[in-house]
Amino acid sequence: MNVNQHTPVASPYGQPHPGYAQPGYAPLDGGYPTPYAPYNGPAPAYQPGAPPQGYSPFPSFPSKAVPASPVSDLSSPLDLGPARVPPSSSAPPVSAPQAYNQYTQSHGDMQNGPPLMTQAPPRPPVSQPFSHGAVNMSGPPQSSHPPQYGAPPTMQQVTNQMTGMHISSGPPTPAGPGYAPPHTSQLPVGTAYSAPAPPTYTHAPPPPTSSALTQPPPASGPPAASQQYYGGPPPPSQPPFSSSGSLPTSQHQFTSSAPPPAPPSQQTFPPTSYSGPLPPNQAPAPPVSQQQQPYSASQPPFSSAPPPVSQPAYMCGPPPPTQGSFPPRAPPPSSYAGSFPPPAPPTTSVPSSQYPGPVPPQMQPPPSQLSPYHTGHPPPPPSTQMPPTSMAQSNHLPPRPQAPPGPLQQPPPRPGMQGGYSPQQNGAFGQMRAPQPGYTGPYPGQQNYGAPAPAPAPAPHVQKRLDPDAIPSPIQVIEDDKAKTTEPFTTGVRGQAPPLVTTNFQVKDQGNASPRFMRCTAYNMPCTADMAKQSQVPLAAVIKPLATLPPDESPPYLVDHGERGPIRCNRCKAYMCPYMQFIEGGRRFQCGFCSCVTEVPAFYFQHLDHTGKRVDCYDRPELSLGSYEFLATVDYCKNNKLPQPPAFIFLIDVSYNAVKSGMVSIVCQELKTLLDLLPRENPEMDSVVQVGFVTYNKVLHFYNVKSSLAQPQMLVVSDVSDMFLPLLDGFLVNVNESRLVIESLLDQIPQMFADTRETETVFGPVIQAGLEAMKAADCAGKLFVFHTSLPIAEAPGKLKNREDRKLIGTDKEKSLFQPQVSFYNSLAKECVAQGCCVDLFLFPNQYVDVATLGVVPVSTGGSVYKYTYFQAGSDRECFLNDLRRDVQKPVGFDAVMRVRTSTGIRATDFFGSFFMSNTTDVELAGLDCDKAITVEFKHDDKLSEETGALMQCAVLYTSCSGQRRLRIHNMAVNCCSQLADLYRNCETDTIINFFSKYAFRGVLNNPTKAVRETLINQCAQILACYRKNCASPSSAGQLILPECMKLLPVYLNCVLKSDVLLPGGDVSLDDRAYLRQLISCMDVAESHVFFYPRLLPLIKLESDVLPVAVRDSEERLSKGGVYLLETGLHLFLWVGASVQQELLVNIFGTPSFSQLDPSMTSLPVLDNPFSIRLREIISSFRAQRSRYMKLMVVKQEDKTELIFRHFLVEDKSASGGASYVDFLCHMHKEIRQLLS
Amino acid sequence: MATYQEFIQQNEDRDGVRFSWNLWPSSRLEATRLVVPVSCLFTPLKERPDLPPIQYEPVLCSRANCKAVLNPLCQVDFRAKIWACNFCFQRNPFPPSYAGISEMNQPAELMPQFSTIEYIVQRGPPTPLIFLYVVDTCLEEEDLQALKESLQMSLSLLPPNALVGLITFGRMVQVHELSCEGIAKSYVFRGTKELTPKQIQEMLGLTKPSPSGQQGRPMAAPNTTASCRFLQPVHRVDMNLTDLLGELQRDPWPVPQGKRPLRSTGVALSVAVSLLEGTFPNTGARVMLFIGGPPTQGPGMVVGDELKTPIRSWHDIQKDNARHLKKATKYYEAMANRSAVNGHSIDIYACALDQTGLLEMKCLSNLTGGHIVMGDSFNTSLFKQTFQRVFSKDYNSDFRMAFGGVLEVKTSRELKVCGAIGPCVTLNSKSPSVSENEMGVGGTTQWKVCSLNPSTTLGMYFEVVNQHNAPIPQGGRGAIQFITQYQHSNTQRRIRVSTVARNWADAQTQIQHIESSFDQEAAAVLMARLGVFRAESEEGPDVLRWLDRQLIRLCQKFGQFNKDDPTSFRLSETLSLYPQFMFHLRRSPFLQVFNNSPDESSYYRHHFVRQDLTQSLIMIQPILYSYSFYGPPEPVLLDSSSILPDRILLMDTFFQLVIYHGETIAQWQKASYQEMAEYENFKQLLQAPLDDAQEILQTRFPMPRYINTEHGGSQARFLLSKVNPSQTHNNLYAMGQETGAPILTDDVSLQVFMDHLKKLAVSSSA
Repeated sequence: MNVNQHTPVASPYGQPHPGYAQPGYAPLDGGYPTPYAPYNGPAPAYQPGAPPQGYSPFPSFPSKAVPASPVSDLSSPLDLGPARVPPSSSAPPVSAPQAYNQYTQSHGDMQNGPPLMTQAPPRPPVSQPFSHGAVNMSGPPQSSHPPQYGAPPTMQQVTNQMTGMHISSGPPTPAGPGYAPPHTSQLPVGTAYSAPAPPTYTHAPPPPTSSALTQPPPASGPPAASQQYYGGPPPPSQPPFSSSGSLPTSQHQFTSSAPPPAPPSQQTFPPTSYSGPLPPNQAPAPPVSQQQQPYSASQPPFSSAPPPVSQPAYMCGPPPPTQGSFPPRAPPPSSYAGSFPPPAPPTTSVPSSQYPGPVPPQMQPPPSQLSPYHTGHPPPPPSTQMPPTSMAQSNHLPPRPQAPPGPLQQPPPRPGMQGGYSPQQNGAFGQMRAPQPGYTGPYPGQQNYGAPAPAPAPAPHVQKRLDPDAIPSPIQVIEDDKAKTTEPFTTGVRGQAPPLVTTNFQVKDQGNASPRFMRCTAYNMPCTADMAKQSQVPLAAVIKPLATLPPDESPPYLVDHGERGPIRCNRCKAYMCPYMQFIEGGRRFQCGFCSCVTEVPAFYFQHLDHTGKRVDCYDRPELSLGSYEFLATVDYCKNNKLPQPPAFIFLIDVSYNAVKSGMVSIVCQELKTLLDLLPRENPEMDSVVQVGFVTYNKVLHFYNVKSSLAQPQMLVVSDVSDMFLPLLDGFLVNVNESRLVIESLLDQIPQMFADTRETETVFGPVIQAGLEAMKAADCAGKLFVFHTSLPIAEAPGKLKNREDRKLIGTDKEKSLFQPQVSFYNSLAKECVAQGCCVDLFLFPNQYVDVATLGVVPVSTGGSVYKYTYFQAGSDRECFLNDLRRDVQKPVGFDAVMRVRTSTGIRATDFFGSFFMSNTTDVELAGLDCDKAITVEFKHDDKLSEETGALMQCAVLYTSCSGQRRLRIHNMAVNCCSQLADLYRNCETDTIINFFSKYAFRGVLNNPTKAVRETLINQCAQILACYRKNCASPSSAGQLILPECMKLLPVYLNCVLKSDVLLPGGDVSLDDRAYLRQLISCMDVAESHVFFYPRLLPLIKLESDVLPVAVRDSEERLSKGGVYLLETGLHLFLWVGASVQQELLVNIFGTPSFSQLDPSMTSLPVLDNPFSIRLREIISSFRAQRSRYMKLMVVKQEDKTELIFRHFLVEDKSASGGASYVDFLCHMHKEIRQLLS
Repeated sequence: MATYQEFIQQNEDRDGVRFSWNLWPSSRLEATRLVVPVSCLFTPLKERPDLPPIQYEPVLCSRANCKAVLNPLCQVDFRAKIWACNFCFQRNPFPPSYAGISEMNQPAELMPQFSTIEYIVQRGPPTPLIFLYVVDTCLEEEDLQALKESLQMSLSLLPPNALVGLITFGRMVQVHELSCEGIAKSYVFRGTKELTPKQIQEMLGLTKPSPSGQQGRPMAAPNTTASCRFLQPVHRVDMNLTDLLGELQRDPWPVPQGKRPLRSTGVALSVAVSLLEGTFPNTGARVMLFIGGPPTQGPGMVVGDELKTPIRSWHDIQKDNARHLKKATKYYEAMANRSAVNGHSIDIYACALDQTGLLEMKCLSNLTGGHIVMGDSFNTSLFKQTFQRVFSKDYNSDFRMAFGGVLEVKTSRELKVCGAIGPCVTLNSKSPSVSENEMGVGGTTQWKVCSLNPSTTLGMYFEVVNQHNAPIPQGGRGAIQFITQYQHSNTQRRIRVSTVARNWADAQTQIQHIESSFDQEAAAVLMARLGVFRAESEEGPDVLRWLDRQLIRLCQKFGQFNKDDPTSFRLSETLSLYPQFMFHLRRSPFLQVFNNSPDESSYYRHHFVRQDLTQSLIMIQPILYSYSFYGPPEPVLLDSSSILPDRILLMDTFFQLVIYHGETIAQWQKASYQEMAEYENFKQLLQAPLDDAQEILQTRFPMPRYINTEHGGSQARFLLSKVNPSQTHNNLYAMGQETGAPILTDDVSLQVFMDHLKKLAVSSSA
């Protein structure tokens, strides 16, 4: 059934999908643009309100949103509404999800916990921005909120908080109207949900977030999702929550999983703000105090309904947990997975997961649904206003309401099968599921609830917006995973998803490549192309072939098969690996990839034991490990000649700007020490890398630093139109032999050019020069180019300034990402052929056309570093660290990467910094330990569930000692014939990595708008497919997310808001091109933190644990606190305006906020534990990233805060990017459209 | 009156002029019948220790197209202070500064003994001499070392204020900046790419980009400073440059087995020429090119770098099989012309065992007045001393070199200028006295001689245009004035004016007079120059045929004979040696390419067309001295019969100096008689030719190859190939002589040649 439904849906999309590549986009555009457009509009408005942003945006939003998109949105929602109904029917099939439920539950709890934690503290501030938060925040934000809410309330109190929430974000208002219709249909459900959900949400903002998400799903597919989430959490949570009426029950369920958290949360939470609010909430007051009241209102409703109760409980729970309890909760989530099957249903609480508390309640679909629905319902009933409908949708997210809806859904599903629910719900919001399982019993009641709950909840919920805390929280997911991961990850189990990239874990190689080398989007690949197409889940792997491993994991063993070279399959040429099956007593082996049988060469023969394994299996890395290296023979070398030692050539711009900025003297100074640190394999030995030096402005200066010379000699080449190497002997030298001459040279370079007046530079010839040098020396190597300005001097590769902001947003925008001349493309090709990798350090004071200058570095596996307005004083540290790292890092040259797969799939597309001259070989002139390549797979046949899918990535490269090697990474994943399995074993971070690279490449050929829409479309299809096929039937108004992908919307939103896809007014073209290129070779960990920065509250710093991060939203910031934000590229220290003096003294050594110097780039070295620990943390962060992060101190309400805000990705962005909540609503709408 | 011999000698000493005829036939027709044209060898800067330069400007004829210089042949009206130009008959007033002249008080230029006079004039700021070394680094280590030493040594020979520059080349071309401290800096050019002068100057930073070039001032300033970077006064960069030369490395690019090193001579020259062109146009400058092999890449490439393809030979050239010849020649010609226009001369010092492409590059020196020196290695005294001799000084301690010479010829109306043959290029100065009949470099009355030394001699050819029916009055004289403007090595600008006159004679009535005024030496050299000039562009046999025909016609004209009776043939004394000169000329390397490589031929011809009469004659007919116990050293016939066992022979061919020990002498020497006290006289006999040879070696430029050999020695071939093969294996028994040494050759001997000549001369059918 589901499938069928899907297919239809898919088909339309299907086209786009295939088209995805490019053509697809165009069509897609149509749909989304409009909806978003409106959003964008609001955004600008936002900025102005900056300080109050959180608030202002909202207020502004509604108004704007309403007029613009709202309508359209609404309309669509309306449609959806009806559509949903059908889904519900389909729901039954969901039964499968049950399993999920378990998982989800756990997660849910976990999540809930964290959010609460975070929220709790930050809330005050945070809450302000968010509706919910506002409630709590009410204190500060309230002021602002009121206005915002004011509108909503009118809209409705009707709409539940949830609705309010959602709506508020953007769609809210519009949603109201637009949704109304859908809601109506949904309403029933919603109402039910709303009742329960709201409470939960309100209580614990955190829960809301999770719950929101979870809930909605729960509503729709509560069973599945909820189960997972709730499974664990419910029980535990319940106890604490018990206080809450029915909720308790749900909670209980949760509690089991997340009991601990709940309690704590409750304690902390309930007591103060929440408790207070709650009551009020109950009171329809909601209308009045938007936030709190709404909540309270909702709560009350909930309370009235069992779910509600639970919700409140959750609410309580979450908050406390947030800080203290979280951890515990997290574990539960994990546990969920396993244990929860039963609880799973409760998991529906998935939503709860987020909202530990809420979830449980929601577990019963009701709660989660409630919230959304409530909103929805309430609206309808109360204000019938559109909001409800929209609310409903948005609500889905909010989950609380879901609870009620849950019931609805549940009801249907339940009828069919409770189990069924849970699974589905899982997919959606954990809460939903949770409820089911947990509630199953109770829920029946819930259903009732649904009815009842809605009634009560509606009003309050409606009024509120989608509670940010009710939507899936990245922080909670991350924390859950951390807590879950206690043991080393062993790679022996096929298809097992590794811990998240944010989790510290140890890997034991037992036959598959470590996730540090290779991560897949799905560890359970669909068996057929149809399934893959239907699900739209990208099948891709992010491979980081030369990744550095932590010291406690041994690097890949080096295997030498002697003169004959590595043993390979005769047909597909796959290398010997654990997947080769030895037969005929060990005389032959059958290839695991192509099934071809190959003779075992005599020297390699070995008997088999009784299990058919070779006796020496464990003695040979290539038979037992996932990653290892072969020593390559001369057959694997270029021209059948063993490679020469590589060369590093430093090419330094010495034009006026370069000298004036101090770059030249810094580089020269640094090189003197850096040359002792050239990469080597044996630390005892001297590096064999040869070095050469070139300076240039309009002409090039080569240096002869032959050891026999007393003084270096400078050779000026002015014939830049036809570059050549003026000398051979003496240009590339061994550092130790020529040390004196080199030092003399480096001393003199800054002097020689101190008085230069030359401002023009060349660029193409510079690279050509390095290339020629390598050609002449017949070696591979790396060029380090230090460049300052647009190369306008007459020479090949001359560029003109084409920065034209008017093109942004037009169809011609893509041209800005393309190189303006083709010269560099062909140059790059030549470089690759020679194995000449180019690293570019840019020090621009104005436009330098990174898009064009970056072509060669990007195609040769190099890196681009950019230091805009470089100042020797402040940027020196950053640059030098980057340079040091770049010079020292392990690197391979002249590499070719080939990915072989088992029959059935094929590597079809590659993303990263490399060059491809055919469709299969990825050529990398240089490959360093930080470069990742994303590979997309497509079916070309069927896969079998038994054998799974195998991948072997072989990288042939020249090591830094000049040895030719093959590095092999093997990976086996499962295959599934059920979509549910696919959704159960995905990794969102990797998917986002893929999507971002896919999209960032897309902007080269498509308008960014089209690219954004394509992304949204695909994401919507993924989720819709899940909803349709894997989630239990539920109201269309519910948003049901797969547990593994519940963060997909938030992350995707971050991608969409990135500077590349949605530039703000102050983002230069260069920055965008720079980021675009940068991301193309990021691995999952880097892309994750890049898109969702890590925000740490610095309150108490313990010696060995990092504080738990908070979500990237202004709401989460406390005026009295100090926060550290890390993006992988930047490091910010945000200081609240009313920060505690003690903190200031500890960190800065000054008690005065006003005396802080925002231009400082490093913290004073103070001898107090806090300062020491903080600096430790900062340096450990820096150590983790491939690029040095310059520290920026941001004072609240200072100008620089704008920059900082940019990274609060859950908020509306200044450039018009939707807030998380808004986007979730939008996503939901899209999904509903698809489903209808 | 003195004999013509004395007259000729006196004229040569005073004016540096040797005419083929010292009486001129008075009509075109008669002149044509004389076979040998009215022509002269003119040595513009003949050393005249007795001639003090005068410090004022010459007085010029005021007629615009005349501008002849006041000279002793002019009629002067001392009272009216008016002089009549003896070329155009324009009457000119003396300038005010001459107000005091009278018959008793004449300025030098009016005195007959000052028919040649030198003026020092003030023209612009004095510019120092410029020496730009262009050094090939694709040499063997030893050669390079020797060359470096020679170059370092040369720095001390240069005038202290001279500007020096250094360009080195191999696979790449490097222009060394001499002014910088610390790091040695050079600009590098790719050896394979032909660049326009403008590009090169831009790359060297000699020109400012157009935008700022608009204002004249800023343009000039950077220009001088820029040029300073590459060309610095010797006294400033002496140490610097010495170090730089000391650190010169062999071209570092690996030369694979079976390949020649890649040598970018063409581009190096182009850079050198462009550098000077951009910085010091119209200033005296020498580009000194040192090469150790042929250009193997880029423009001007003479041979590919594959060793298996040998460099072109005459055989290849005749078969039109020399791939790069035309292109390279064209390239270097263009270069030479550019250089000549700017007054810069190019020397080539080529030292290698194989050819170095002189054939293609010869024009560089030929057109600019540069030297060509060819040797086997830089590590030989031949090169070292020759190079040293480039910087020799005269009696005034001035360098024997002058730059940027412009030679202008004025003639009487009866004469026109046909052309000049020598190290010069035409300035395309049209005037009424330009003949349509071109001989050598014609079509002009002005030539540029970029570099001159006291021995530089040009052949000037004239045509008598007076019609037969317009006789010149008896006693009329024809006059020719040579005006040479040049930059003296002490940076002064000078003008040397030589005015010569000869009587007209009616060939019909005064043929004996004319015959007796014949200067057969000068005529031989002048005809040889014409022949060599033709040989550059025509096939060898054609040139020989032309020479033969001229000779026969001359003999017919002046010989006394009975028709068809060869035995009756007689030539007067003034012509008696002429046929012999022609005989040796026909055998000389200037016209015979057999046994000579194209490079050698070019080298020989190069020197032949610029040396003075004496040296030229030596080249045509080497001198042979004989040393024996029977008397003092005596010149002997250049004949195989002179090769006797008990003689020591010393032969000077200008390019070689051969000492040959006869068979007996050689045996005595082997027996070490010379070391015995009682054979002191033998020792002296052995020593005598050595001392004489040393004397020649001391003065000659370029230093000749010095060969000490003996009977039967392999090097004796140098002697055997030069002597008249009067005795060969063919006629050995016929002669039945025990004297002399038979030469194994099929070449005809002088006797046979003369017999044929007589037969043809008296033949009525000719």
